[in-house]
This record gives sequence, structure tokens and C-alpha cells, in this order.
Amino acid sequence: MAATNVKPQAVTLSNDEILRYSRHLIMPEVGMEGQEKLKAARVLCIGAGGLGSPLALYLAAAGVGTLGIVDFDVVDYTNLQRQIIHSTADVGRKKLDSAAEKLKGINPFLNLQTFETKLSSENAMELFREFDIVADGTDNFPTRYLVNDACVLTEKPNVYGSIFRFEGQASVFATKDGPCYRCLYPEPPPPGLVPSCAEGGVLGILPGLVGVMQATEVIKLILGIGEPLIGRLLLVDALGMKFRELKLRKNLECPVCGTHPTLTKLIDYNEFCGIRGEEKPVESGVPEMQVEELKRRLDAGEDVFVLDVREPHEYQICNLGGHLIPLGDLPKRVNELDSSREIVAHCKMGGRSAKAVQFLRQAGFTKVKNLTGGITAWADRVDPKMPKY
Amino acid sequence: MSTAKIHIPTPLRQYAGKQSTVEVKPGTVADSLSDLLNQHPDLRRHLYTDEGKLRAFVNVYLNDEDVRYLQKEATPVNDGDTISIVPSIAGGKDSDDFQVPIAKVKAMSLPCCSPACCCRR
Repeated sequence: MAATNVKPQAVTLSNDEILRYSRHLIMPEVGMEGQEKLKAARVLCIGAGGLGSPLALYLAAAGVGTLGIVDFDVVDYTNLQRQIIHSTADVGRKKLDSAAEKLKGINPFLNLQTFETKLSSENAMELFREFDIVADGTDNFPTRYLVNDACVLTEKPNVYGSIFRFEGQASVFATKDGPCYRCLYPEPPPPGLVPSCAEGGVLGILPGLVGVMQATEVIKLILGIGEPLIGRLLLVDALGMKFRELKLRKNLECPVCGTHPTLTKLIDYNEFCGIRGEEKPVESGVPEMQVEELKRRLDAGEDVFVLDVREPHEYQICNLGGHLIPLGDLPKRVNELDSSREIVAHCKMGGRSAKAVQFLRQAGFTKVKNLTGGITAWADRVDPKMPKY
Repeated sequence: MSTAKIHIPTPLRQYAGKQSTVEVKPGTVADSLSDLLNQHPDLRRHLYTDEGKLRAFVNVYLNDEDVRYLQKEATPVNDGDTISIVPSIAGGKDSDDFQVPIAKVKAMSLPCCSPACCCRR
């Protein structure tokens, strides 16, 4: 990991900085003293994506002296709907390079440290020790538990934000007397039965809303003003524009932050979350058909029944003219299918349709196959005019 | 008639007739959850294990207090109270978390449905 040394900032403000931050300085809640605290602060942002974008932008604008960003990803076209630190011209570029350019553009006084690495049990502790506060905007359970545990062990507050479709959560974990993420959720959901494995997508504005809440909490912690979300879980419902708050308590028996902690060093978080690296994708073990073969057989007029197990709104984007039964409705509507016919099931990429094939085979269908790669493979290899999504 | 209401989190709304809140009978938390499951049986496997225990990654709140710190499922629920179901969520970005091996597919009684479910990239 190519980490540059974090140098402590000299805690004085130049005339340029005083002018830049004048709207902070004229508020008694901030003032010169507060702005100097911001400049002396070192904040680590995990991720330069949906949550990381607004978080880093606002912290840079506010005058946080040292920002660290951890991300190993590259900007994808589909990111632009919500990851506002990246522009169209950045597609294909490393997220760190794109972010660095925008952040230094907003505030050249920023001491920016970039870490092009996947956060792991091997590097997290060493990394967190160089910062005062960690802002967690990651998108998977193993990293959430890793960040939490490393924050508790290094005694750094964890400013937490998470989003799903149009709902979000925010809190501040891992302070000395407050709860940690494990106090709230001692165990991760097992993969394959995750409640969040429900409907996908995310309202583009949502990480903006929650990411700025995280930035707000970071700034409050640095300045020591207001009431931070310690011991409080803020629930955001963007559709109803409703904000609710639940009380969080420190679990005295928490294995990480309780009175008698049993976890004193970082563990294998993929194992903890039940994810094995060597597991094969769900398609294996299910009879498959390639898109070229389906095309050939349809063109030849063969009797192949195409079953589309996606959702109606996906069918509207593009379709193969298949018979639509969303996967969740399949058990109820299986009588619409004729088991004497050859059936080829497809979805977007082959995952859901593999489950459909497995289900139908268990129900006694013998002539059913999964279209490998789904309609996306069809768009890639058979019909390039078909939109991809 | 006295009622309480239960907030249904987004990931579970598809199993609750797409509703964000459901009116239920008061009594205890167990009574209210039981009424919820009578109205929407598909929720059961997402909230409870096969042994009938509330799943560990699902938290239940009465008004703003975690019921683990009250009387758990025996916590009294009065007219006008709000129960919140709060599962852990990990974010909206695509991830590889949901690659499920075939053995686990067999263990599922119902397929799940979404574009994100196993078609994330």
C-alpha cells in the first residue's frame, strides 16, 4: 500500500484561508478556533463512491486539513447517476485520481492522502492510526464489520452512513462511551437470505442526502459542537421525506466494545459474513444454453419457449419477446408453463434465471435451461442494437 | 378499535403488499408481530428462523427503544404505539455479495426477485 506520511498541519490560517472560510469564521460556533481545529483534523473516507462523493467534497470545502481516501475502483458509466465527484470524462479513470482532481480544485489547501487499496484486516489498523475520524460509506457487510472493529480497536470514531433504494441510516459509532456497529447488529445476515436482497437500484440523490449527513457529523465531532448521532440511529425515508430516530445503546456484552471484549484483533470478515472466495456463481450445476444457440434455434423456427423472469419495468427497457413471469411470482404461476415444451429461462445476467431453472427442475420440469449471461449476453453477442442497463 | 402500527423497512415491503406501515393489534410485541405475519405470511422467513426465533440481523423497536433492552417480545404495546423493524443494510452500490452457491439455492423455499439479487455487477 503506497501511503504517504501524514504530516501534522501547522495550525495557523493564512489571509487567503481566512477569506475563504469567512462564512465559518463569523459564526461563534466555529470562529478562528473552530476553523483551526478543522485544519488540524485528519479524516479518513472509506470509498469515493456514492456516499464518499458528497462527504469528501463538503469536508474539503469546509477546510478539513487532511483527508484520506481509500478506493481501488475505476469510474463506471453507471456511477454518474449518483457519484457526483466524478464526471463523464472520468469514465474509465481511477476513482482516486478523479476525486483528487476535484477535491484539490475546490480547496488547494487540502492535504490529500490517497490509498489505492482494498481495505483489509492486514492494512486497516495501521491506516486508521494515522487519522482522527473514519467515515464509513462502504457497500458490503464484511467491510462494515472490518471498519467498525478497527475503529473500536484504534479508538477512532466511526461516522456511519448506509443507503438502500430510497432509505438511509446514519449514526456515529465507536466513541468511548457510545455503541459500536456490532452493538446494533451483532451478526451479519447470511448471504442468500439478506433482506436487502430485495429490489435493486438506488435513488441518485440518496447518497447525497446521507453523505452530507455524515460530513455534518464529522464536522460536529471535530468542532465539538451540537449533538452528534452518538447512541442515535437516524432513519431517512426520502420518499416520504420523513426522518425518524431510534435509540442505540452500548451493549455491555459486545465482543468488541463491551466491558469484557473477546475480539482484540481483526478477523477474516468474509468468513464472518459467510462469504467464501472460492464459491462458484449460482449458474453452476444448472443446465445452460448460450445466446448463439438460442438465436439459431429461434431463427430456425424451433419450438423453444422463452421465459423471462425479470420485472415488468425491466421488460419495458428491452426484451426478447419472452413470456414474462417475475421470479417472485413463479411459484404461483408455474401452471402457465408447459413442461412438455423446451423452456429457456433468462433474466438480466443469468443469476435469477438460474434460480428459476433450479426451482422448475425441483417442480418436475426436465426440459428447462438457463440462458447463460442473460439478455446482457444477447445484447453483447447477438444484437448490439439492444440497450443494456 | 385500538391499533398499533409497524414500520416495514424497504427491503421487506415486497412481502407486505408493498406497504410501508401496517396496522396491527396491540398487546405485546409478540402479539403485534404475530398479527403482522397473519396479514402477510411471506414475511415470516425473513424475520424468523426455522426454529421460530427472530433473526439476529433484524432489530425491533417499540417507539424509539430497542426491545432487547425492554422486555423483548413480551414488551407491552399500547394503542398508538409504533413498532419499527430495522434490518441491517449495506448500501446501494453493486457488489458481489450475493453470489449464492447452488446448495443455498436449494435451501430456499421461494425465489427472491430483484434485478439486484444475483444480477449485480
